[in-house]
Amino acid sequence: MENHVVLSMKNITMSFPGVRALQNVDFSLYKGEIHALMGENGAGKSTLIKVLTGVHTRDSGEIFLEDKPINNRSPEEAHENGISTVFQEINLCTNLSVAENIFAGYQPRTRLFAINWKEMNEKAAHILAWVGLEHIDVTRALGEYSVAIQQMVAIARAVNFNCKVLILDEPTSSLDDHEVENLFNVMRQLKADGKGIIFVTHFLEQVYQVCDRITVLRNGELQGVFTTSELPRVQLVATMLGHEFNELASIRSHSQDIDRDDKVPDVIKAVGLSHKGTIKPFDLQIKKGEVIGLTGLLGSGRSELARTLYSADKPDTGTLFFKGNRLKASEPIDSMRAGMAYLPEDRKEESIIADLSVRENLIIALQAKTGVFKLLPVAKQNELSEQYIKALNIKTPSPETLIKQLSGGNQQKVIIGRWLITHPDFLILDEPTRGIDVGTKTEIQKLVVQLAGEGMTIMFISSEIEEMLRTVNRLCVIRDGKKVGEIRNNNLTQQDVMAAIAGGEKNAR
Amino acid sequence: MPDKLPTLQSIRKSQLLLPVTALIIMLLINVLITPSFFRISIQNGVLYGYTIDIINRSCELVIMAVGMTLVVAASRGTDISVGAVAAVAAAVCIRLLGSSYDSYAIAPVLAILICFAVSILCGAFNGFLVANLNIQPMVATLILFTAGRGIAQLISAREINGVMVPGQILYVRMESFKSIGGFLPGIVIPTPVFIAAIFVLATILILRRTALGLYIQTVGINPKAGRLVGINSTLIIFFTYVFCGFSSGVAGLIASSRIYSSDANNIGLNMELDAILAVALGGNSLGGGKFSIAGSVIGAITIQALTTSLYAMGVSADQLPVYKAIVVILIVTMQSEEFKRWRSAYRLRRQNRKGAEK
Repeated sequence: MENHVVLSMKNITMSFPGVRALQNVDFSLYKGEIHALMGENGAGKSTLIKVLTGVHTRDSGEIFLEDKPINNRSPEEAHENGISTVFQEINLCTNLSVAENIFAGYQPRTRLFAINWKEMNEKAAHILAWVGLEHIDVTRALGEYSVAIQQMVAIARAVNFNCKVLILDEPTSSLDDHEVENLFNVMRQLKADGKGIIFVTHFLEQVYQVCDRITVLRNGELQGVFTTSELPRVQLVATMLGHEFNELASIRSHSQDIDRDDKVPDVIKAVGLSHKGTIKPFDLQIKKGEVIGLTGLLGSGRSELARTLYSADKPDTGTLFFKGNRLKASEPIDSMRAGMAYLPEDRKEESIIADLSVRENLIIALQAKTGVFKLLPVAKQNELSEQYIKALNIKTPSPETLIKQLSGGNQQKVIIGRWLITHPDFLILDEPTRGIDVGTKTEIQKLVVQLAGEGMTIMFISSEIEEMLRTVNRLCVIRDGKKVGEIRNNNLTQQDVMAAIAGGEKNAR
Repeated sequence: MPDKLPTLQSIRKSQLLLPVTALIIMLLINVLITPSFFRISIQNGVLYGYTIDIINRSCELVIMAVGMTLVVAASRGTDISVGAVAAVAAAVCIRLLGSSYDSYAIAPVLAILICFAVSILCGAFNGFLVANLNIQPMVATLILFTAGRGIAQLISAREINGVMVPGQILYVRMESFKSIGGFLPGIVIPTPVFIAAIFVLATILILRRTALGLYIQTVGINPKAGRLVGINSTLIIFFTYVFCGFSSGVAGLIASSRIYSSDANNIGLNMELDAILAVALGGNSLGGGKFSIAGSVIGAITIQALTTSLYAMGVSADQLPVYKAIVVILIVTMQSEEFKRWRSAYRLRRQNRKGAEK
């Protein structure tokens, strides 16, 4: 095969204080290739991307774009050189129109130097039609559209200019299957146009669907470059983890029929709970020690149901009984005091307090529960953070490191630790494993089962059905803001669940 | 790991490094120009000298900057009404004390308490607008910024020919009132220095001994996450404005005592800008979040040092802002992220060149 290298990185080394993030990493990308960049959290994937796009400055090494050495000092410069990035968390302005977002900074001008709105809107519509979004009104605010569409807009923006290399950093973690398929079609089209695509993802399935080659990193070192068709999955996982991969099977162990056992008390009993505009009235009973899963398409109301239980969105109707008592909560703090904990879906926006240290992020919920005037003694704070960093295997140079300097998976572990420190009776985990590597995913799943075994009640929400089937006792199916049924997890298969999500109410229960 | 390395690094990375350096450079320049700069003597039983003057004069600004720091940290915005609120507080106090040569109209302690209460009320008004009604801080505080001096003038009314005429300068004739902005009998250090020191220390103590400091930072960094972990961001932001109002009241009291009168047009004039500047000079981000009270205090003293030294060099009052601006540009540039990046990029290039030569 005649291959033209469009991008090559040689001997890249980069370190943060106390951490060697990348060590002599080589990477090359051909024209018309989709190249997966894989590795566990903290393996150095994001760092490599950030070095390439000029967010971080490398300590040593060279980067060549079409055989010319380049040195990007900022993402803007990288963009002008032809390297565009679409990040996992969309960095667009939701209050501007779709067209403005696509052209921000490069608006077509009229002769009088004013923005040529007509041309801009036309061009934007044209570009969007090309990525399969011809029905979008480009003059409306971006925020009015779903995350999936926003993601496509971000891609449209990225490929709009003389893009030679497109980097997609975890683009699929917030998309549902159909949207992922759409994205793949666009990627294939770009590939046919001769663009090089770097695809960072945690989903093995997707890698095998679209990627030509795979580069695997571990602990900042290159593990190898493989042709996808020649690399068995098990071996890929083994390479990523650096040891033989023990099968993920049979995490779930305890009794299935906990919800039928009358001796086990209810922890949650919701009657007609609803929140206007997001979730229609629902009834729900959860027993102590049960793991209940919420499933449904993205935007079906899964997260909203959880938010209503936690009073993150105050319920408009209905009553909630918590551990047998009526709970009248109007703010999250009331639910927390009663013994609930809630890990939100959006880690960057709603969970992490980026500029605070790991320690402060860990103890903040317990501190809020204790009250402002009863500051946890420093010794106690240090003890708790050491304890949970160890227990959850959080990789951080020190408890005083800022949380924003950790990798996504480790940030998520800190947030889980934040809630475990408060010893909740009822823990809501909304997409706890999104954008997290296989190893950590398994750790979190095991943790869920273990906690439930110790008597904690857990609500588990995930887009990955397989993951839920491994952990939950019971699944609630949500569709269009309505709880449409419950399924007991007795040898359920993905197909059963998908059928239930898709619509046959007969399948439920 | 060697013990020294991280400490050296932590000093280099510390937020306070640049503010302190800026202050030291400023003082050194002063010594070069005015050799007697650091000389302190005792005249008429009190300390006397340039440095004493700088510290004394900076007290109001220090106090205001502390309040402003918390407002900026929690609400990601600034309170531009602090100068006007100081004027209101001063007017209330002076009006209550009266202009008699023989006695105060009411007990001075009571007058001071009422003056503080009024400033707290002003702060609560701002806080309500920002925290509860979600109005942008600058717009919300613009109301008292413009109306405050008017209110202060209304309060500073005096009967002239049987009619109450607002906008007068009222004087307190009792000698003891002057000691708040001057000296307590037998003590060589100016009273404002004590007040400012107590104010700063008390604030730091409150922030350290309670979780308030952590809450304020959390609310400033990520209010959504703050709410979900059980922090009432509305209350926290409201509190910072109330506290900022209180700090303006204290500053107003000192300022009025210095001139033992209520000058509604001049007390606290343009001080909101200096207070914001002090926060920024202290290395605090005006985008909210992490903050350093010490940084703001140093920033405030730097600004006063600049003002005093420019006066000492014979710069006239109306030329002052120009020179101030130049220095401010320098300091702010030095602290900017972009400048730090240039510097590290430059260092890297130099290292590469060295490597190539080898």
